[in-house]
Amino acid sequence: MEEERLINFWRYFKRHQAALISAVIIIFLYLIVIFAGFLGPYGANQTFKQHFFHPPTKIHFLENGNLTWLYVYQTKKVAWGEFKVLKDKKYRIKLFYQGSKYKFWGLIPTRIHLLGVEKPAHLFLLGTDNYGRDLLTRLLYGGRVSMFLGFIGILITSFFGLLIGGIAGYYGGWIDNLLMRLVEIILSIPSFYLLLALAAVLPIEMSSTIRFLLIIVILSFIGWAGMARVIRGMVLSIKEQDYITAAKAIGASDLRIITKHILPKTSTYVIVRATLAIPSYIIMESALSFIGLGIQQPEASWGNMLSTAQSVTKMTSFPWLLLPGLLIFITVLSFNLLGDGLRDALDPKAKQIK
Amino acid sequence: MFSYIIRRLLQIIPILLAISLIGFFVMQLAPGDYLDTLKMNPNISDELVQKLKEDYGLDQPLWKQYLNWLWRALHFDFGQSFKWNVPVSHVIGTRLLNTLILSLTALIIGWMIAIPIGIYSATHKYQLSDNLAAVFAFMGLSIPNFFFALLLQFMLIKSGVDWPINGMTSMDYKWLSWSGKIIDIAKHLVIPAVVLGTAYIAGIMRQMRGQMLDVLEEDYITTARSKGLSESKVVYKHAFKNAVNPLITIFGFSISSLLSGAAITEIVTGWPGLGKMMLEAVMSRDLYLAQAGLMMSSFLLLIGNLIADILLAVVDPRIRYD
Repeated sequence: MEEERLINFWRYFKRHQAALISAVIIIFLYLIVIFAGFLGPYGANQTFKQHFFHPPTKIHFLENGNLTWLYVYQTKKVAWGEFKVLKDKKYRIKLFYQGSKYKFWGLIPTRIHLLGVEKPAHLFLLGTDNYGRDLLTRLLYGGRVSMFLGFIGILITSFFGLLIGGIAGYYGGWIDNLLMRLVEIILSIPSFYLLLALAAVLPIEMSSTIRFLLIIVILSFIGWAGMARVIRGMVLSIKEQDYITAAKAIGASDLRIITKHILPKTSTYVIVRATLAIPSYIIMESALSFIGLGIQQPEASWGNMLSTAQSVTKMTSFPWLLLPGLLIFITVLSFNLLGDGLRDALDPKAKQIK
Repeated sequence: MFSYIIRRLLQIIPILLAISLIGFFVMQLAPGDYLDTLKMNPNISDELVQKLKEDYGLDQPLWKQYLNWLWRALHFDFGQSFKWNVPVSHVIGTRLLNTLILSLTALIIGWMIAIPIGIYSATHKYQLSDNLAAVFAFMGLSIPNFFFALLLQFMLIKSGVDWPINGMTSMDYKWLSWSGKIIDIAKHLVIPAVVLGTAYIAGIMRQMRGQMLDVLEEDYITTARSKGLSESKVVYKHAFKNAVNPLITIFGFSISSLLSGAAITEIVTGWPGLGKMMLEAVMSRDLYLAQAGLMMSSFLLLIGNLIADILLAVVDPRIRYD
């Protein structure tokens, strides 16, 4: 039965090309941010004081008109944000280069990076920011925030949404009334205003991990209400069905009925909703970091990296600073398309009618 | 209908009360208060800080502060803004108006563009134009407001067009004639309204298309076609009218995201609305101003929902509230 459902699901899902491609992009993004330390040529907070706002390093592959292994030239600062290329010596790009120290997954100390060049040349594949930090490296580290915050946030939200919606719908009465009033109050505050009020509570001086976790708590606190309301409605209609009465008659406990018989029926909705909610979490977090209330410097996040580009002169002179925004966009778009595909595949009936 | 509206308005009161309670205590959780920044200033004596503290009632216990605030709020006195040193109501009035200007413009742009495209997509299902529209819709849904605003500013500067990209008025605003003032504000409105409207267009367009597709499957459409009505009559007279009703429900649902989107757009484009005010207030711990921002935005949302419900009853005679 389960297997059949899976096969059915796959049959519909694989037709949805955009969703398939999105799934691949999302897996790719998770992989590259997990291996950020190895893939990024430098350390996340490694600053190059002579290379503020360095444009992306030009990579050469021709030598006297012939193809050759990739190399770069050294650059030297001549003015603020302006660099001169010194063409006297070529620096080959090296694979598995022994660069700056980092801890692989925070555990194994190592210095191996996928790419690197010998000093005094630099390999800034996507340029540097206002502190002379390599943008590519920071994009990879910053992606961890967005990619995992959305994921963990939606797990917590779904848990509380299911729990509270399940209790309210199953027991009804005063407890339902109380919980639904609470839901109504939270839904009556525009989420971004609530987000601002709650984020202002976080003190500036706290460790970045705790801050990251607290932001997840805040986002989940805002997000559970809408989900609980829908789950409650679904539970209300499911609990009237005969097999629930049968389960009650043979003496199954409330907990068992809720977790084994009622909540699994909502799984389709929960999966689709979760996939479509992750992007809104990513957007909220990056917006928060963008305006300075979320993840704080020097910790990287796509939102706070983009805030560097917020002045007209910087944006136009150093357009690569807009890249974090592009990544947020790609990630959000992929999750939206994936969610859309999942909805069609998990609910093939809806598709057949059209 | 009338009694329904009254009942709904009365229901808003306890919700706003609960929100004020949440807001007040959340804001108290925040470390430090506005006077802390004053204490840092060597030009301000400790006595003055103490006096201000007493004036604002910040030395009293929390529950008393809340009751004091509530009592005054019931008399439409929302306290003093620490930062601006004027009553909160003076600050919030213009900000509210600016947010309404922005949101309503985006709303009108959104609906005017989204509905025709939605209908067109539905009647040209799975054709190239429909697929293109879907691509744009997904892009519009996915691009974060703050990034889109930055991109628009970037493109405007790069293209060399002389167009205001930030704020609400130009430097010489004061000296303009009244028609010049309106044109000036309208020019400034373009970027934030386009940013906010785009996110909105995408959502409405997808919904409109979906509703139209559902309605076009109905039996009465087949009947209308079989009795020889022209296709445009079938689409606009029969299908459209019935497809538009659920959109009003969606209008109700979307007010929250519209206000949230407006807030972040205001912050990035410097449009002096409620959202920008809220950010400034929470950043400088301007307690009563932030409280008023939270409540005013919630009030807008609740009223917006009420309007959506009333509209629904007006266009759909099957819905009766009594």
